[in-house]
Amino acid sequence: MNSSVITFPGSNCDRDMDVALKKFGFKNKMVWHDDKELPKSDLVVLPGGFSYGDYLRCGSMASKSQIMQSVINFAKSGGLVLGICNGFQILVETGLVPGVLLRNKYLEFICKNVYVKLDNKKNPYFKNLDKDVFEFHIAHNEGNYFCTKDQLKEIEDNNQIAIYYCNNEGKIEEEFNPNGSIKNIAGIFNKEKNVLGMMPHPERMIDSSLSGEDGSLFFKNLINNIK
Amino acid sequence: MKISAIITLKKDVLDPQGKVIQQTLEDMSFKNINEVRQGKYFEIDVNETDPKKAKEVVEDMCKKLLANLVIENYKIIEIQ
Repeated sequence: MNSSVITFPGSNCDRDMDVALKKFGFKNKMVWHDDKELPKSDLVVLPGGFSYGDYLRCGSMASKSQIMQSVINFAKSGGLVLGICNGFQILVETGLVPGVLLRNKYLEFICKNVYVKLDNKKNPYFKNLDKDVFEFHIAHNEGNYFCTKDQLKEIEDNNQIAIYYCNNEGKIEEEFNPNGSIKNIAGIFNKEKNVLGMMPHPERMIDSSLSGEDGSLFFKNLINNIK
Repeated sequence: MKISAIITLKKDVLDPQGKVIQQTLEDMSFKNINEVRQGKYFEIDVNETDPKKAKEVVEDMCKKLLANLVIENYKIIEIQ
C-alpha cells in the first residue's frame, strides 16, 4: 500500500507520520508542497504543524499551494485523504470538508491526551475497529470547530461527524470539550467519507513505552481496510 | 489605485480575542463598551486606474483567500 505525506513549509508532524505509516506497512513517500504531481497513492496525509506560519488563517495558504490541486483531484476521484491537526485546518480551507477551525475558546494552546469517540464506522478509516473510545493526543491553538446551522444539519444528516471529544467511558459532555468545538466535534468526514479531517494525532500513539497504542490500532486497521 | 478590505467576523461567530480585549479595556476603566469584535484590515495597491475594476479584483481576492465566508464578512473601500 502506497501513501504520500505532504510537507508544507512549517509542517512539523510530517516525519512522525512517515514513521507511523511505515511501521504499519505503508510504502510512504514524502511530497513537497511545490510539486505538481502526487506519486501513486492509496492514501494521502496532510500532516500537523504550522504551515506558512499560520499566516492569515491556519491552513489558508497551504490550501492554495501547488500540490493541493492534485490532492483535491485525488480526493474528488474517491482517493483517501487524511488531514491531522493543521492538515484538518488545510482541508477545511480547501472546502473538501465543511466548517472552519477557530481559535480555542479559552485562548490557550492545548497540549494533552484526550479521549475521543468514533461515531460512524461505515467508512474506510474506522470500519472493523472493535472499540469506540480512543486515547489520542492533541496539540493546537485553533481546534475550535465551527460551522453554520445549515451546515451542521447537513453534516448530521449525512453522518459526517467522525469523532467527538469525550471521557474515558465515551461520555460526550461539554466538560470533556477541550476547545469549544460545536457538539464536541474533533473530526469530520466529507459526504463520501473518503476525506477525514481530525484534530487529534494518532501518529503520536504508536509506541507502548512512549505513549499508548491506540494510534497503532488505528493505523493497523486502516492499512487492512485499504488492502 | 489603493483599495482596502476590512474583514470582520460574522455576528454569530464567537470571538474570544475580542472578549479578552474588551475585558482588558474595561479593567483600564473604559466603562462604556457594549462589545469588541476583532477583525483584519488589508491595504492593497492594485495596478488599475478604474476604481470599479480595482474593487472587483479585491473582491475576488476576498472571496478566494482573504476572507473565509463561513465565518467572515468583507467590506471593500477605495482609498485613493
